[in-house]
Amino acid sequence: MKALAIEGLEKGFGGVRAVDGISFSVEEGETVGIIGPNGAGKTTVFNLITGFYRPDRGKILFYDKNIAHLPPHKLPRLGIARTFQNLRLFGKLTVFENVLSAVLVRGGYNLLSAVFRSTDYFVTESKAEEKARKLIEFFNLTGKEDQAAENLPYGEQRRLELARALALEPKLLLVDEPGAGMNPIEIQGLVQTMNEVKRRFSLTIVIIEHQMGLVMNISDKIVVMDFGEKIAEGTPEQVKKDKKVIEAYLGEEPL
Amino acid sequence: MKFFWEARKVILLAVLIYLVLKAVFGFQLLSQYIEQITLFSFIVILTSLGLNVIYGYTGQFSLGHAAFYGIGAYVSAYLSKSLGVDGILGFMPVLFLSGVGAGLVGYLIGIPILRLRDDFLAIATLGFGTLVRVILDNSDRFSEVLGGSRGFVGIPRITNLELAFFVTVFLILVTRNIIFSRFGLFWRCVKNDELASQGIGINTSRMKLMAFSYGCFLAGIGGALYAHLYTFLHPSNFDILKSIDFLIIVIVGGMGSIVGTIYAGLIWVGFIEGLRIVLPAEMLDLRWVFIPLFLIALMMWRPYGLIRKGG
Ligand SMILES: Nc1ncnc2c1ncn2[C@@H]1O[C@H](COP(=O)(O)OP(=O)(O)O)[C@@H](O)[C@H]1O
Ligand SMILES: [Mg+2]
Repeated sequence: MKALAIEGLEKGFGGVRAVDGISFSVEEGETVGIIGPNGAGKTTVFNLITGFYRPDRGKILFYDKNIAHLPPHKLPRLGIARTFQNLRLFGKLTVFENVLSAVLVRGGYNLLSAVFRSTDYFVTESKAEEKARKLIEFFNLTGKEDQAAENLPYGEQRRLELARALALEPKLLLVDEPGAGMNPIEIQGLVQTMNEVKRRFSLTIVIIEHQMGLVMNISDKIVVMDFGEKIAEGTPEQVKKDKKVIEAYLGEEPL
Repeated sequence: MKFFWEARKVILLAVLIYLVLKAVFGFQLLSQYIEQITLFSFIVILTSLGLNVIYGYTGQFSLGHAAFYGIGAYVSAYLSKSLGVDGILGFMPVLFLSGVGAGLVGYLIGIPILRLRDDFLAIATLGFGTLVRVILDNSDRFSEVLGGSRGFVGIPRITNLELAFFVTVFLILVTRNIIFSRFGLFWRCVKNDELASQGIGINTSRMKLMAFSYGCFLAGIGGALYAHLYTFLHPSNFDILKSIDFLIIVIVGGMGSIVGTIYAGLIWVGFIEGLRIVLPAEMLDLRWVFIPLFLIALMMWRPYGLIRKGG
């Protein structure tokens, strides 16, 4: 079953065709990597899927439902969660609050229950706190719960953002360059974490990544973008040998 | 209903404070004037707390808070005068309606302006504050009783120690419960990063509107208590300078700190009124030299307010 299908997606900014008629699909449970040079339009595709941008043309089907014109805050409820290329944590909130907020968005008590401290409030809060603790443990952040997110080292901030996204219990997870700015050892850890995430949460994943080691290792399929278009698609092995891909990357880091 | 049980320590402390105040004022150990400004300080705390919800917790900069305080004051004065209310019991629904009125205006005005960011929001709220001031100045054209620029006179004096104190304590507890709930958490998320908030599914416009109208509701209640404490209203009590007073209290106390707002409100009223007592009449204007100096010193010493040492 197709979890995500992108059909003829287009988005321009002034004269720039950031995304120029892209189509690809993602099977349920699959991990798809999107690669391509800087400025190829990868992040724009994510912003279109998650409602931060409105497409000029094209369809975005999530389990056959067109989600192309939904506002961003509706998507987590449908089962789509994302991380941001430039890390967007709630910097002044604690690690614990960062995860807890995402757990509590999904549901719970109303304002009156909060004001008058009904049973509903206590039950929901304690369940949510337990869930947040578990996620923090899974991402190896135990002991840092009360630190402000902005004070964590970079690699841990990346993990925290993943924890927050998974707190939404998504069916589809979109990850934008999780390895950016990490050293090779941190990348190793990230590959491990991503593989554990896949095993544990039975997710469909789309991952944008520059670190070829990472993306080739965890993806079932790779989509290659350049100048807003898809120039190749296939298994990591197929894509590595593709002529157009090698050309697009000429002058960049070798595959 | 665990509301009172959870807050038992605060309530106990509040009752003790109340008994002390009651004794002090009952035996007339202090002048009526001191009693009056003590009640006024509760009103200032309540209203500033409303602004702290809007600005300190949710990050929506408002330069028009006094306008909502004024709306509450005028609505309640108008209602109690035209309905002939003069006792506390009859006044309770009027008080509530004044808060709701200010909150509703906040809600309606919030829909268009809360989309704006920082500096634009400041201009928009400033504009709204000015608009309200102009309307109040000309209010006698709508109804003679409102008094226009001559002021609204002959409001029954209803606000007493019990009313001002317990309404303030109750609403502080209500506010605390909202702050320490998912709604308060979402407000702080919005303040930290609006895009990330949307990314995890928070309806940011709704949360901003909620914080804004709740903050205006508190200001409206504060205004209603004020009207029935001083029995006279003048449009100049609700202009931009007053908004800045509330802003200073929020910043001095600490953005996003309830306890800080309480201290800062007490200090602010004590300072201004205290200087009025200490300084001879012809030097009264010197207050506006001392106060800015004090603020500059404070911001250098404690940039995050009285309570918190860091961000
Ligand atoms: N909000 C925006 N406004 C204007 N131009 C944009 C915007 N977002 C992206 N672009 C442009 O679209 C192109 C693709 O950007 P992006 O999707 O971020 O690339 P990638 O993620 O592949 O590096 C770039 O030329 C970029 O400058
Ligand atoms: Mg990008």
